[in-house]
Amino acid sequence: MNISPAARAFLYEAGNIFRFTVRFFREVFRPRYEVQEFVHQCYIIGNKSLPLVGLTGFIMGLVLTMQLRPNMVRYGAESQLPAMIGIAVVREVGPVITALIFAGKIGSSIGAELGSMKVTEQIDAMEVSGTNPFKYLVVTRTLAATLMLPLLVILSDSVSLFGSYLGINIYTYNSFQLYITQVMDSLAFYDVFPAFIKTFFFGFAVGIVGCYKGYHAEKGTEGVGRAANSAVVVASLLVFILDLLVVQVTDILNYN
Amino acid sequence: MNGTQSMQRPGSEERPLEGPVVRIEGLHKSFGNNRILTDFNLEVAKGENLVVLGRSGSGKSVLIKCIIGLLDPDQGLIEVLGQDVTALDHEQLDQLRVRIGFLFQSNALYDSMTVRENLEFPLRRRWFKLDQEEVNAMVQEALDSVGLARTVDMMPAELSGGMRKRIALARTLILKPEIILYDEPTTGLDPITSREIIDLMNEIHVKLGTASMIITHDLKCMELTADRVIVLIDGRCYATGTYQDIYQSKDPRVKKFFE
Repeated sequence: MNISPAARAFLYEAGNIFRFTVRFFREVFRPRYEVQEFVHQCYIIGNKSLPLVGLTGFIMGLVLTMQLRPNMVRYGAESQLPAMIGIAVVREVGPVITALIFAGKIGSSIGAELGSMKVTEQIDAMEVSGTNPFKYLVVTRTLAATLMLPLLVILSDSVSLFGSYLGINIYTYNSFQLYITQVMDSLAFYDVFPAFIKTFFFGFAVGIVGCYKGYHAEKGTEGVGRAANSAVVVASLLVFILDLLVVQVTDILNYN
Repeated sequence: MNGTQSMQRPGSEERPLEGPVVRIEGLHKSFGNNRILTDFNLEVAKGENLVVLGRSGSGKSVLIKCIIGLLDPDQGLIEVLGQDVTALDHEQLDQLRVRIGFLFQSNALYDSMTVRENLEFPLRRRWFKLDQEEVNAMVQEALDSVGLARTVDMMPAELSGGMRKRIALARTLILKPEIILYDEPTTGLDPITSREIIDLMNEIHVKLGTASMIITHDLKCMELTADRVIVLIDGRCYATGTYQDIYQSKDPRVKKFFE
């Protein structure tokens, strides 16, 4: 079959990421379990992203409210603003924006860290000292990213809704209790559950791509930069592709 | 070090070895169309300091990475301490690697860890039943052996090139290896620091009786450490002998190293 070199390179890369993922699932259930390093990575990954995710969440809620409000007022639907923001933030904007921030912050950090370890032979040093570097570095970081992103999304959604509450109160008075009641009334199980589940997939994508790019970094310091950069690009793209897949699945299951 | 008595590895039994500690027969290794090693043969005797001399890109580092199992050979036998490296599974290879020290050209110290954590890392991975007191004693002993006890709480980035090399050597020694593989131990160091590292290597060799394979193109290092030298040219063992034999060789390809 005749395929262009670019398509061939893309397929080759996709195949390698798939093989890397298969290796992850093979190693994750096999002892020895690196519990201490996993907990350490959860702390590093979660703690590192906390301020950035909180701040962007707040701005996102505030800006979304301020931009939607004029149109809602024009159609006489201002009272629906909390419900609209609630659904938008919880179902889509919160998980996707947080995952993109996470990809930028954590994907690049993992890519650069592992890339630097690779080009300075630290991964080889780990292997010769009798440690499985894939298990110690890749499995722990990927699991930590998978587990931490959903927690960060919960935080981001909460802060975002608070930002939205402040946004509404710039123009008119709305009690916090009433605002929360309106938001909660608008949300059903089918809004929250699929949105929460997809964040695990987003976190996994960011973790595995960051690790893959770092683990296969080449050509010295230039390769480290390239690994960090492409980790962000590929992870962000994967977040959108996964989002698209999730919406198709929820549509088929009548969860929309 | 505080005498050789304390150099016994925890949990290990003395396994007297007959014959060479490293035996390589018919080793072939290529990367794509680039042939690196071709029908390479080698033996390292117990307690011997073997220097592998060769130009950059001649396959010296590939050779020792095959010995420790970081690279798979295309063909050939690699026997280390009586075990065929190519036939071992991961677990067995890890067990064997504990008996082999590897000093990387780039030192490969873990950037995110202090000197203490760097030294503790291989200990904790292999002998996790050791209590903190034993670990501290072993770290102290390894740091004393390279004369850098004061750096224990420093980060690798705070150390000079020579100090980093010494710490890397201490990390190699902490598992009490029976063979040490040195990948260009003096590259990038000034002559005085190079000499200090060479003296340290000789001191370790005398005190521990380890066999060593030293990959280098530093002639001073070769002169001061080698019991035997092999010259690697075209992926083969081109010449072998003592330092004097190689130095006085009439072969033009060998003579080039000394010009």
